[in-house]
Amino acid sequence: MERHEGAAQRTTIVLHSGDMDKVYSALIIANGALAMGMEASIYFTFWGLQRLRKGALEKGPLSKMNLLGLGRWMVKQRMKRANVASLDKLLQDFKELGGKIIACEMTMEIMGIRRQDLREDLIDEYGAVGSYIQEARNSEVTLFI
Amino acid sequence: MMTEIKVDCRGETCPVPLVEVRKALRKAAPGDIVEVVGTHPASKKEIPMAVEALRLELLSVEGSDTDWTIRIRR
Repeated sequence: MERHEGAAQRTTIVLHSGDMDKVYSALIIANGALAMGMEASIYFTFWGLQRLRKGALEKGPLSKMNLLGLGRWMVKQRMKRANVASLDKLLQDFKELGGKIIACEMTMEIMGIRRQDLREDLIDEYGAVGSYIQEARNSEVTLFI
Repeated sequence: MMTEIKVDCRGETCPVPLVEVRKALRKAAPGDIVEVVGTHPASKKEIPMAVEALRLELLSVEGSDTDWTIRIRR
């Protein structure tokens, strides 16, 4: 999607957590922002970046009461019953509506993650704190999740 | 030529109805009508909010909170 500097309102999210429920929060908020006419970007860093590894998107634990995966399984069952969209659908929708994904380069260095380990097809930019601040200073909404 | 685009979000929950409406509106040409049916109560209130934020025309909101139809002109 074409970006107009300063024209549309913007939401910028730092996704630091790799927990399943928090990744849901980030993607739901970001998709809501796009649906309501804002621009949106998500800066994947630290544990959040782990979820951009190939095949890892749906693999995060629950932030509370994970109970070695049992709590996570129960929440997943309830989500299925409530017909909650998968993280993969939410991420595809986010991209389709023009959302931007930034991968934190320092996390990649610390954790030994190479570009080819990540979902390169989804990543718009590899950046550091300066990229986040440039986005955030022009944002009406910015969140750290 | 004006076309009418139907979006069926029955059974879908947050944020899918909002997202599907936005996707349909992006594909629509100016003047086209998007008609969405759904059952998610919050979306009945929030889709009109999105229509206003997008500065489009809300034609109608009909039905109950759990079985509604919303018509929008792009």
